[in-house]
Amino acid sequence: MKYLQEYRDPATAKKLVAAIKTAATRPWKIMEVCGGQTHSALKYGIDQLLDGVIELIHGPGCPVCVTPIEYIDKALAIAQAPGVIFCSFGDMLRVPGSASDLLGLKAQGADIRIVYSPLDALTLAQQNPDRQVVFFGVGFETTAPATALAAYQARQLNLENFTLLVCHVRVPPVIEALLHSPSNKVQGFLGAGHVCSIMGYHEYLPIAARYRIPIVITGFEPVDLLQGLYMTVQQLEEGRFEVENEYSRVVKEQGNLPAQELLLKVFDTVDRSWRGLGPIAGSGLALNADHDDWNAEQRFPVAGIATQESPLCRSGDVLQGLIKPTQCPEFGVRCTPDKPLGATMVSSEGACAAYFHYRIHPHV
Amino acid sequence: MSDLELNCPLPLQYDRIVMAHGGGGRLMQQLLDNLIQPAFSNPLLNQKHDSAVFDINGVRLAFTTDSYVVKPLFFPGGDIGKLAVCGTLNDLAMSGAKPLYLTCALIIEEGFPMADLQRIVQSMQRTAEEAGVLIVTGDTKVVDKGKGDGVFINTAGIGLIEAGIESNPRRIKAGDSIILNGDLGRHGISVILEREGLNFAHEIESDCADLSGLVEDLLASGIEIHCMRDLTRGGLAAALIELAATARQHIEIREAMLPVNSNVKSACEILGFDPVYIANEGAFIAFVPEEQTEQTLSVLRRHPLGRQASRIGQVKAAHPRGTVTLENVMGVSRVLDLFSGEQLPRIC
Repeated sequence: MKYLQEYRDPATAKKLVAAIKTAATRPWKIMEVCGGQTHSALKYGIDQLLDGVIELIHGPGCPVCVTPIEYIDKALAIAQAPGVIFCSFGDMLRVPGSASDLLGLKAQGADIRIVYSPLDALTLAQQNPDRQVVFFGVGFETTAPATALAAYQARQLNLENFTLLVCHVRVPPVIEALLHSPSNKVQGFLGAGHVCSIMGYHEYLPIAARYRIPIVITGFEPVDLLQGLYMTVQQLEEGRFEVENEYSRVVKEQGNLPAQELLLKVFDTVDRSWRGLGPIAGSGLALNADHDDWNAEQRFPVAGIATQESPLCRSGDVLQGLIKPTQCPEFGVRCTPDKPLGATMVSSEGACAAYFHYRIHPHV
Repeated sequence: MSDLELNCPLPLQYDRIVMAHGGGGRLMQQLLDNLIQPAFSNPLLNQKHDSAVFDINGVRLAFTTDSYVVKPLFFPGGDIGKLAVCGTLNDLAMSGAKPLYLTCALIIEEGFPMADLQRIVQSMQRTAEEAGVLIVTGDTKVVDKGKGDGVFINTAGIGLIEAGIESNPRRIKAGDSIILNGDLGRHGISVILEREGLNFAHEIESDCADLSGLVEDLLASGIEIHCMRDLTRGGLAAALIELAATARQHIEIREAMLPVNSNVKSACEILGFDPVYIANEGAFIAFVPEEQTEQTLSVLRRHPLGRQASRIGQVKAAHPRGTVTLENVMGVSRVLDLFSGEQLPRIC
């Protein structure tokens, strides 16, 4: 913890705030891609400390927010099937599908369990040979290796009562999609440190060069965020467009090679639709043919599920950085964490939830 | 990206009880405010205190009840029996009462091991004895296998309030210091680590304890205690938010002054929890006049359960609805809000 405290040191943070204010000759619009960074920025008030100097734009890096409603509905259908133990990370339980959420189904008697790792779900399958155990694998490259390991081990063990509903997504394609958009206003990126700890940052080099935009791989503590912002501002002021690594205590350029090998063994890269954003080419990871027997979509009849979204929610605009959560007319009115219109309000990493929780509260 | 679709889900409302309705957050508050409180509304219940306080023939009494459904039944630092006795003793103590008598109702699941039940009952008896109270009546029911979770316990308690003592949320006023006797979140984290079999932190013991002796010392010292509240479900945040709303005051706490055990802090970091929302079972806050801050700390620190006592914040001013703000380590203030249900472990 002492190590962590150094990255929360107010004196260091204040020096960095002063340095950023000195360095910035005009306001810059910088996107933190990761939802964990969004929450940290709002929790520590970094957006307020840099008000007028840097406009933080909150990116689509919340795995709960961007998991398409189609997959939430598939999860709900599988969780209701007889004899199923449905396992998920805690965050996913509150995310609304078309007509319900996993917490609501649990209240109606479905056997839905929170696990901390896909391997816990695998153990559950071994302990319950008469039940079908399904793990809902969502998230970015950070969580994908653990899902891949569970699929790999299930295949090695030839475990017949275990399957995975896989909806993992990749960060580089969504960054590129955001930059390619005519409405893009992002001038620099804070790269998600956790994702890069697995994947490294070599994938970002061509993006920074092609779109002439600085990308600084950044951690999650306030001093990390401020250092990352300072490095981005320095690049912008000097007209440089490079990939730099603020999070070098964790991230190496090549990343975690065994984890990457495992991803290649188990997953194919596929096109995937993102909730609130729509389809993005090459942005998803799906179980490959070798692991198809452990694909829950093959074992359960979930093809052709009709989904229904609210026309009122503007989380797509939030995820693209086009509006702040508070600029949505429904924020805190018809959309609250208790009655969310969109996943960005429900997820513990969602931008709307961060604003509701840490900043603007309609009852105050 | 111009062809991006904007998709979002339909609104959801719960037509059935979900776990979060008991989690100490906003959903539980809504259940109490919208369904339970209006149905039973009366002046005693509407005090919204840990116990109902009333007068019978000139004797002031505090009366309270609580049910215990913890899983696992045995955890580092305690068990459901100790918890059931301490919880009710603490509710009485928070009203400024000296606990006298308790009840014990056991709902036991068919097939539950007799040895475990004996261990639980003995733990209740030992805790009551140490507190100098008697368990004077009770009830036992057995439910079908699969219809319970081992053992559920309900305890009720009655206590005596001496003349001149009044601990009540409506007495909280601007300028009061907020004093905490211990550190935050140890019970909740201890239970979750034990329940989920997570061994990434050194063993964290629940702070489960009877606070009535410590409160008795405080009451005997002559300090003008405006209000006390123990920190159970929803943790420090839920307690402060409820008190601020009842007292219609703006309460401000400072993050840098909040004591959190380093192992609890580590576990919270990994699970994505905020210690201010995690339950304690041996911690309480007291609202006292600012000029009595040092005296309060001194009295508390003389007792084993108050050695870590600290001032964590202050009541700032009257506020029409009541609000709580937290000044973080960067010196930026934010609103402390009730959680939307239970805190759930994050993905990454």
